[in-house]
Amino acid sequence: MNQEYDSHLEEAKGKIEDSVDLESLKKLEAELLGKNSVTTQAKRSLGGLEPEERRELGFILNETRTKLEDMLSAKRKNLSSELMQEQLESERLDLTEFDRGHRLGHRHVVTQTWERLEDLFIGMGYTVSEGPEIEDEWHNFGALNFPPGHPARDMYDTLYVDYGEPMSTLLRTHTSPVQIRVMEEEEPPIYSIMPGRVFRSDTADATHMPVFHQIEALVIDKGITFGDLAGTIEAFTNAYFGKDFESRLRPSYFPFTEPSAEFDIRHPGGKWLELGGCGMVHPEVLRAGGLDPEEWQGFAFGFGLDRLALMRHEIDDLRELFRNDYRFLAQF
Amino acid sequence: MKVLLSWLREFAPIQGETSLIGEQLSELGLAVESITHIGEHLDGVVVAKVLDLRPHPDADRIQIVEVDSGDGEPLQICCGAFNMSPGDFVPLATIGTVMPNGMEISRRKLRGEWSNGMLCSGAEIEIGDDDDGILILGSDSKQGTPLAESLGIESDVLYDLEVNPNRPDAMSVIGVARDLAAYQKIPFKIPEPKVSEKGKNVSEILKAEIVSPDLCGRFVARVIEGVSIADSPQWLQNRITSLGMRPVNNVVDVSNYVMLEMGQPSHTFDLASVSNSEFKVRWASDGEEIVTLDGVSRKLTTEDGVVADGSNVPIGIAGVMGGNSTEISEETSTVALEMAWWEPSAIAKTSRRLGLRSEASARFERGTDPEIIETAMRRFCELLEPEVSLLPGLVDEQGDMPAREKIKVRVSRVNSILGTDLDKKEILEILDPIGFEAKASKQDIEVTVPSFRPDTSLEIDVIEEIARIFGYENIVKTVPKSKTFGSLTAKQNDRRLIRSTLMGLGLDEVMPVPFLAPGELENAGLETDGIKVANPLVAEESVMRSSLRPGLLKTLAYNESHRLVGLKLFEIGHVYSHPQQPQPLPDEREHLVSLLAGDRVKEIVEIWSALADALAFRDYELIADSQAGFHATRTSRIEVQGRTVGFLGEIDPSVLASYEVSERVSCLEIDVDELLSIPHGHSHYKPFSRYPSSDIDLAFEVDESISSSEVRKCLEEKAGELLADINLFDVFRGAPVSEGRRSLAFKLRLQADDRTLTDTEVAEVHKDCIEAVEKKFSAKLRS
Repeated sequence: MNQEYDSHLEEAKGKIEDSVDLESLKKLEAELLGKNSVTTQAKRSLGGLEPEERRELGFILNETRTKLEDMLSAKRKNLSSELMQEQLESERLDLTEFDRGHRLGHRHVVTQTWERLEDLFIGMGYTVSEGPEIEDEWHNFGALNFPPGHPARDMYDTLYVDYGEPMSTLLRTHTSPVQIRVMEEEEPPIYSIMPGRVFRSDTADATHMPVFHQIEALVIDKGITFGDLAGTIEAFTNAYFGKDFESRLRPSYFPFTEPSAEFDIRHPGGKWLELGGCGMVHPEVLRAGGLDPEEWQGFAFGFGLDRLALMRHEIDDLRELFRNDYRFLAQF
Repeated sequence: MKVLLSWLREFAPIQGETSLIGEQLSELGLAVESITHIGEHLDGVVVAKVLDLRPHPDADRIQIVEVDSGDGEPLQICCGAFNMSPGDFVPLATIGTVMPNGMEISRRKLRGEWSNGMLCSGAEIEIGDDDDGILILGSDSKQGTPLAESLGIESDVLYDLEVNPNRPDAMSVIGVARDLAAYQKIPFKIPEPKVSEKGKNVSEILKAEIVSPDLCGRFVARVIEGVSIADSPQWLQNRITSLGMRPVNNVVDVSNYVMLEMGQPSHTFDLASVSNSEFKVRWASDGEEIVTLDGVSRKLTTEDGVVADGSNVPIGIAGVMGGNSTEISEETSTVALEMAWWEPSAIAKTSRRLGLRSEASARFERGTDPEIIETAMRRFCELLEPEVSLLPGLVDEQGDMPAREKIKVRVSRVNSILGTDLDKKEILEILDPIGFEAKASKQDIEVTVPSFRPDTSLEIDVIEEIARIFGYENIVKTVPKSKTFGSLTAKQNDRRLIRSTLMGLGLDEVMPVPFLAPGELENAGLETDGIKVANPLVAEESVMRSSLRPGLLKTLAYNESHRLVGLKLFEIGHVYSHPQQPQPLPDEREHLVSLLAGDRVKEIVEIWSALADALAFRDYELIADSQAGFHATRTSRIEVQGRTVGFLGEIDPSVLASYEVSERVSCLEIDVDELLSIPHGHSHYKPFSRYPSSDIDLAFEVDESISSSEVRKCLEEKAGELLADINLFDVFRGAPVSEGRRSLAFKLRLQADDRTLTDTEVAEVHKDCIEAVEKKFSAKLRS
């Protein structure tokens, strides 16, 4: 009896192996396990057998069906995997065709430097203030302790515009007028930076432009000292250029600060590089901003922003920043 | 200001390495621009006598010079200068000499002719700044003598210092020496000049009157007899040459020497030509004329000061230039020497107006030391002696002189400003060496400002002096803790968001200059009355932009001319215009302009919608409109909550032609200030429906003149509250759609918050929408 089913299995195995696709395998499944299959037919006859025989045949039938199912399932898996292989093969795609299709735009290098500096000072607890680029004579000079006719006005090659009284309106020569505007608009304590665009009557060359960018910091609080100024510049230097950089202050002159200084930075062992100007806010400037210099003290420091961009990327010509050649823009 | 170390040492025993002294000068606020070692490069340079000159056979710009360098043999040199004649003595850099610029002189051929050395200009061997021609040496020179020996040049160090406007005292050798002495804590002293006086008292032969006391604070005159014009001694010539002045004759050179040394300019008159031997110091009358030393006739105004003679005729422009009628000449024997203190602003105005700025006017403008005059006059005579004799006495007239300030300085204030812990005694010790007389009272110090520091008038000025001499480097560095929260404003954050979004969309940020040439606004189709620069250097920078478009168009044109096309650019920047209503400053607004080169109008609309999305502006409208400089039929106005914030579309082809841009260009222009002033940003969470939705697709055939946004709006109204989403998913032109029309296909998703919509409800909306659109726009539903 056993042999009969063994040969059935043997025969089925050959048929399953010969199946070429899932469809014929499905037909074969019906034939081997369906209503008219050998095993189903045999099951129907079980009722007429002796208990002993019934148990024996039942066992053989179950075993045979399990084997058939396993063989069919294995073959099915095999066939669908082949099918999937074929589909995948037919969908082959060269992804390098799409490479570099969409590119990101680029922030201008000046903006990158500008935002880096903003972020750095925000980390130190500063806000960012702005003011107009076309300024009045008062905010650009008068309030900053440059009386009319003061020789220090000659230090700035000022571009004036035709607006209002002659020489009353100008393209701001520095970002310092924003100091006055901040004092006018805000109550101290003030911890703020003022990045912006400034103008001078200069012929463009590798180191000069009639328009360029500055950033300055203004702190006004009770008991602010020159030591605070020196320490803040040192902290900024370490944060922007690196921990191993150092800074120094040298006496200088600006009408709106006193004591005034130039500040230099250097890499240990390197040469001192003059970076900007700074000082304690002059009492007259505090007064012009509506503050009592006996109550409030402060410092300010400022420097050129474009130069930092040039240094960072080793660009040797300031004009390149404003020429907007795509081959330049796309590098940063 | 240039100073020689040897000269400084006449006033203080300055110690230290050359470079260390340089550092100390910088720390004192006298920034060292350069240090030159004088005499260092003169090894190998000898005096040579010019024997013969002849043209170079093959070169026009070179001549052949034969010189005797001491051995009596003619030596051939090729030389590019032509200012010497046979018999002149000139410096010769012999073979092997290393020049200051590092070049080593060798024997070489120039266009076929041998050159056995190099003849030098003053600048080439760092004796003065003269590089016009070969330095011609005195006729008593001897060929073969080393040049240094011949010129009496001893090795020395020259510091070139940058002197700030608040340091008039440092425009003199003694001022710099005083500072250095204070730094090094060594004695400083101005030696008393040794002069003998004889003859009549000056007051018997000379009179002076200050007619305008607001012009002149002090006018001092003395008389020197027995003056004969000659060359100055070589050592004196060398010194003033080192400091950048050209030797002229003994009287002029001594005048310059005293000015450089003590900061006090002087003027000399031929007394015989001064009418009545009298000086009147006054403002000029309008239109008054004078012929100055340079032979130029100059018209004066009431803002110019003059020195006039007894007949009230101007014989000099105060503090700026003398007149030629009283100029010292070979015949002069009696000289009136004048030194004065002039009102600084008067000198500044006159020297600027006449374009006559000199070493003297520069010092008067900053304010000279009125109390150095007596010493300076005696020094003048000391340097001219022994040929001359000084008459005793001086004419000394006083005008309005600013009072020497007495300033109260609070010790507590000093320390509060500087962050130091100085006591009274330390402060007095700092101030004394720089001439500030300080007296201590209870809490304060009373400081008398020295006459050579007119810049000092406030307590803070004295505090700066204390800081300077105490040393900035000695002030302990501290960092104040900010009492504000560091952050960007909402607008600054939005600006960054705009930039990031545009970058993500592939746009590059550019930064053209904000200046325009006349006509550039007009060429961009814009109004031409931009804000004008009153004093532009060039016409290209004479108009301030009222739009970012011209700058960006120029950028496209520039790149196109370098074969860089298809660019996508943007700029965020200020634009300026005349305001509608009077206001203190011009209108200044922040704009964004983005230009896309190529046929990219669809992309420009997508860029706007991406920006609106990024900034969370949910409701905006694009309304077909026209705008100056834009394409007449491809432009939309952008309206947000009923306010116009900008335009988008294509640039007018005629504008592109005038900017020489050959591609089509799409443009988005936004008034950033206006846009960001409209409330925006992410709002509260709105719950969405949990019930199933139903979609309706509707395609309408409509005229080209009807915008899709109008149709969309109509559908939105009709679908009302049930509309969850609406999308234009297809636009189709061509058969079977008739000419001049196109098909717009919308997908509407309907959904209710509280129930599943019934088929009837959906059908009703479907019907309403079709009816409304067909009726309103003469549209036809496509099936």
